[in-house]
Amino acid sequence: MANLLIVDDDIDYLTQQKRRLESAGHRVMLAESVEDAVNILRQTPPDLMIADLMMEQMDSGFTLCHRAKSLHPKLPVIMITAVTRETGMVFETAAPGQSSWLKADALLAKPVRPEQLLREVDRLLK
Amino acid sequence: MEILNVLVVDDEQGMRMGVERALQNFVVPLPDIETEIGFRTQSAPDGATARRMLNETNFDLLLLDHKLPDMTGLDILNELDPERHAGVLSIMITAYASLDTAVTAIKHGAYDFLAKPFTPAELREATAKGARTIIMARKARELARERRRVRFEFIRVLAHELQSPLGAVHGYLELLRDGVMTEEPETAYDMIVRSLIRTEQMSKLIGDLLDMTRIESGHMQRTMETVDLRAVAKAALENVATDAAQRNISLPPITAAGSACIMAVHTEMVMLLNNLISNAVKYNRDGGSVTVKITDTDDRIRIDVQDTGIGMTPEETLRLFHEFSRIRNAKTRHILGSGLGLSIVKKIAELYDGDVHAVSAADQGSTFTVLLRKAPAKI
Repeated sequence: MANLLIVDDDIDYLTQQKRRLESAGHRVMLAESVEDAVNILRQTPPDLMIADLMMEQMDSGFTLCHRAKSLHPKLPVIMITAVTRETGMVFETAAPGQSSWLKADALLAKPVRPEQLLREVDRLLK
Repeated sequence: MEILNVLVVDDEQGMRMGVERALQNFVVPLPDIETEIGFRTQSAPDGATARRMLNETNFDLLLLDHKLPDMTGLDILNELDPERHAGVLSIMITAYASLDTAVTAIKHGAYDFLAKPFTPAELREATAKGARTIIMARKARELARERRRVRFEFIRVLAHELQSPLGAVHGYLELLRDGVMTEEPETAYDMIVRSLIRTEQMSKLIGDLLDMTRIESGHMQRTMETVDLRAVAKAALENVATDAAQRNISLPPITAAGSACIMAVHTEMVMLLNNLISNAVKYNRDGGSVTVKITDTDDRIRIDVQDTGIGMTPEETLRLFHEFSRIRNAKTRHILGSGLGLSIVKKIAELYDGDVHAVSAADQGSTFTVLLRKAPAKI
């Protein structure tokens, strides 16, 4: 069991992920904005963060990941994005040179299947 | 200034020099698009040299002599690569001016024909005509590219806006199917309620999209009639009365100075007022109020819809009337909207030679003002 932080500006998406991850035995904190997320990261650091790339701004998730990693360099981060489907831009965390500016340990494309997210969470928490 | 690269292909040295001289410092004004065209001229004495130069440099305009030592001007014309030389325009020059040669040259893709002997003024006139065509075609291509880009961006954002509610409903259905923590009946009930709210949002977006398409297409028959804006505003207030009552928002009676009648398409006025008034309730604070004022001036009608809501910063006010430019912040996070309402209002106002603007202060409220011409210009 771990403490997870999920950041997304869609309240329904947050509710759904919270139920999924709680039923898998995790404790879940929710943040609806970068600001809320940073406050949680400062006060009650989680064991892992899951964040959407596009929130208030197109790049909110990037900014958040940078701030999260500067506060807690070892915090595993999963970034969830619809950017590939929407723009055709492809990001790979494994690609050389990209992991340095893309501050995420895993990148999942929307729509994310529940079991896929749980698998990534388990992998990164090991 | 736009500079066009000109290649003169002629075996007579005097002719080549004459053309270069005539086009030196020659400027074609294009007042419509606020620019002018200048020319950079190079020349070739034979077909082989022209061929090499065409492969090395990007020319815009060719002045081709028909009779060259090693080939004809038509041969060069035929050799032009349809892709690499797509925007190249050719003017055929020949001493053997005859209708036949002219027709053949045009058939082979030449733009114009110039018969020797010609004066520098005739050369400049033909060159100016060709240059204008080149620049206008270039501008048209740029415009088409920009249109494609805007269309792609619109579809991308639209897809995103449709995907979000669909994804939310899908997620709830999956949770219900998998029976994840739904032992308590209210949990399942909440999921169903949220799903209904999100599908309603989607349906509103599709409705707004159809309204916008209808306004923009201009194909629909627009039947103008006398519309009493007071009655339309009253109906719009009635539509939001339940929501307003739930949040203790007061809706005082409409104030109208003078006649509130306008020659207009009834459905357009309904769309306009419904959008403004429902926004005023949606973005209001609990216990606030929505005031509608209609003022008749000489040739215009002014509609003010004032709310006491969350308001906007000056930067947010600037972005307001663009498609899908919903103001996203902590205060608007739970307010559902299509992001098209105000761009619909703006488009309708423009049909009546009018405009819409907002005056707003954060946390104090906003006033949206629409001005419409009583007898619209575009019917």
